[in-house]
Amino acid sequence: MDLSLSDKHRALQDEVRAFVREHGHKSPKLGGGRKRPDQKTRDWQKLLVDNGYVGRTIPREYGGFGAAPDVLEAAVIASEFAAAGIYAGMTNQGISMLVPTLLEVGTEEQRKQWVEKTIRGDVIWCQGYSEPGAGSDLASLTTRGVLQDGHWVIDGQKIWTSSAHYADMMFLLCRTEPDKPKHEGISYLLLSMKTPGIEVRPLRTMTGRAEFNEVFFTDVRVPEHQIVLGRGKGWYVANVTLKHERSMIGNAEKMTTRLEQLIALLKANGLLGVAEYRDRLLKLQGEVIAWKAHNLRLLTEAAQGVDSGVKRMIVKYGGTMLGFRLASLAIDALGTAGLPFESAGEDAEDDDATTWNIDYLYDVGLMIGGGSNNIQKNIIAERGLDLPREPKVARA
Amino acid sequence: MEFALSEEQVLFADSLRGLLSERVTIDALRRHAETGSGFDEGLWNNLVELGLPGLLVPERFGGAGLGMVDAAVAAEVIGGATAFAPFAGSVVMATLAFIHGATEAMQAAWLPRIAAGEVRFGVGISRNGGQVQAAIDAGAATHLLVYLPDGNAAVITADEASAQMHRSIDRTRPVVDLTFDPTQAAMLNAANAPQVAMQRVLDAGRVVLAADTLGAAQHMFDSALTFVKQREQFGRIIGSFQAVKHQFADMVTMLEPCRGMVWYAAYAQDALPDEARVTALQTKAHLGDVGREIARMATEAHGGMGFTDLLGLHYWFKRIMFNRQMLGGPELCREEAGRLQGWT
Ligand SMILES: Cc1cc2nc3c(=O)[nH]c(=O)nc-3n(C[C@H](O)[C@H](O)[C@H](O)COP(=O)(O)OP(=O)(O)OC[C@H]3O[C@@H](n4cnc5c(N)ncnc54)[C@H](O)[C@@H]3O)c2cc1C
Repeated sequence: MDLSLSDKHRALQDEVRAFVREHGHKSPKLGGGRKRPDQKTRDWQKLLVDNGYVGRTIPREYGGFGAAPDVLEAAVIASEFAAAGIYAGMTNQGISMLVPTLLEVGTEEQRKQWVEKTIRGDVIWCQGYSEPGAGSDLASLTTRGVLQDGHWVIDGQKIWTSSAHYADMMFLLCRTEPDKPKHEGISYLLLSMKTPGIEVRPLRTMTGRAEFNEVFFTDVRVPEHQIVLGRGKGWYVANVTLKHERSMIGNAEKMTTRLEQLIALLKANGLLGVAEYRDRLLKLQGEVIAWKAHNLRLLTEAAQGVDSGVKRMIVKYGGTMLGFRLASLAIDALGTAGLPFESAGEDAEDDDATTWNIDYLYDVGLMIGGGSNNIQKNIIAERGLDLPREPKVARA
Repeated sequence: MEFALSEEQVLFADSLRGLLSERVTIDALRRHAETGSGFDEGLWNNLVELGLPGLLVPERFGGAGLGMVDAAVAAEVIGGATAFAPFAGSVVMATLAFIHGATEAMQAAWLPRIAAGEVRFGVGISRNGGQVQAAIDAGAATHLLVYLPDGNAAVITADEASAQMHRSIDRTRPVVDLTFDPTQAAMLNAANAPQVAMQRVLDAGRVVLAADTLGAAQHMFDSALTFVKQREQFGRIIGSFQAVKHQFADMVTMLEPCRGMVWYAAYAQDALPDEARVTALQTKAHLGDVGREIARMATEAHGGMGFTDLLGLHYWFKRIMFNRQMLGGPELCREEAGRLQGWT
């Protein structure tokens, strides 16, 4: 056990610190749910890519920094950004999910076409998976894709599609092989949100913002080659995506930053002197220490190429719950001062109380999106602990 | 950076686990519970052969010269076995008390004997000088090391104190109250900052008690998991019921990060002085809370069998209870962590 950094990683740490000193003031504000990236965010993103703090291991020919894979480098960068309380780059679905998927299973042409634009924030993607009738049971999705004269013709509906109202592109799961068993009949397509026949209807969420949407498809024509990996391979590709989902949710840096903000809040309003608040804060500090240490274990195992199994599977469930408990204390510490709430709209920078409110509300969404807590617990128990699967209910 | 156990640490844990699974059988536990002294001569001799008492003793004094991570690894195994052997007090706290707070001469006099397993220290904290409530590992100690309010420690033989031993709720370790005359005692001579030395020793004790709880909780979890994979009700393995699965998901989500936390706190004691105190206190507190939850849920998962004496699961349950209260329960540990950070 040795937590000291090697010379190489220490040099990187110095480099990142110097970067933060020089450029940190240009960083957009942290937290506050998922918003449309503004100019400041996009400029910052490009600066991060150019310096190798985003897309570090992505090959240069696809617009990345071309560094050899090294999870510890990624960790050093992440922890320096977190310590400085500055934005570590966009973590949207295109960057976190689509890009690694294309790098693993996309064609050369697809990588050339999309990876660079996506990591630089010039193309925003949305994820068209969930449907009104297919949420947790995603593989029962029914949006159709029929091949006609060189195009997939899409008909159907998606729902809860985050960012669809401003996204440029969508990665979509649809049923192209209706005669095959449900998991084998799905394909994964890439399409422009400007394609005729797509209608996006924003859905206002409990944060007061329209973070997600309904998306309707009527005879939407997608060129045949915009399929990833091939017909009926969509479920497999979606799982590649999931595997790569670099726990956008539940990561330790976010917890550290939140805890620091929380300490500052309780100090500022004098509540550290009230035993109940102090003990809640201390309890959360303990949980964050445990969470960070757990993260160090995962990091070490990733560097060693070890599959962490159940240790990794608990991250989304445990992380969203811890995030919510942190935000909960902030809300309680704000008291009535946190109740006035005027969301200034998607493009405005929020004040601290609004950011806490949005984090608190948005965390509930995180417990549902990307596989709900119950589904996470099923996965932990069945895949992680090898408990027997639920017997299938026979369909009438 | 590498945050994992070394190969040596894994091998060491395996050999200790092997020994304890042979010696601390459920029958042996029941026999031992009658006396509740926390000590068994045969088992102690086996542990001496393995070199356990000298784990933290520097090599020049005949020990293995290892660190707190090794101690935490051993404590996890010991807690997992509910072993009746003086570890936290004698092997860890007393050894560190000499290392951090004694002259070279005193170290030379005592550490080789600790390493050889000839002496076993009970450790106590006295608030008023001559009296100690609930000393650790004092059930069959040959000697006692008692911290006085000023942070200096008295070193006496067991005969020099009048001891009252209570079998505790945890029959694998007793609680011993002591009365002695500190003016007659040889003092451990911590020339500089005795309070600091004392806190290091108490924190080390907290970390190994937390590790002990981790081992005991892991045992209960494993036992419950095995049980629900075998037991059938309503024509199904009970582990296929979603309510049961979700309880296990909750348990593992609480418990698994505790292992990293215990390692981290142990590592901090030796390598991260700025974080050492707060992480020790927080780890003791957190493991106390998680341990209680796991103990309850794992017992419940066994149904009536969990509540019986037949299975003996309660030995682990009570081990966790004992650890929670020693050296400060969660609330007290957290309050001290808060004070150290200037929050009170
Ligand atoms: C903030 C947010 C962002 C989202 N973004 C996207 C996006 O960009 N793209 C996209 O495609 N989708 C997105 N989603 C949708 C999300 O993936 C689904 O909401 C989620 O999979 C749950 O599906 P559902 O809403 O149909 O709920 P249901 O599946 O109907 O679930 C309702 C409740 O039943 C429980 N439940 C269901 N099945 C089981 C079971 N087998 N065992 C136990 N409990 C069960 C669930 O845990 C939940 O509590 C987002 C959702 C949210 C909240």
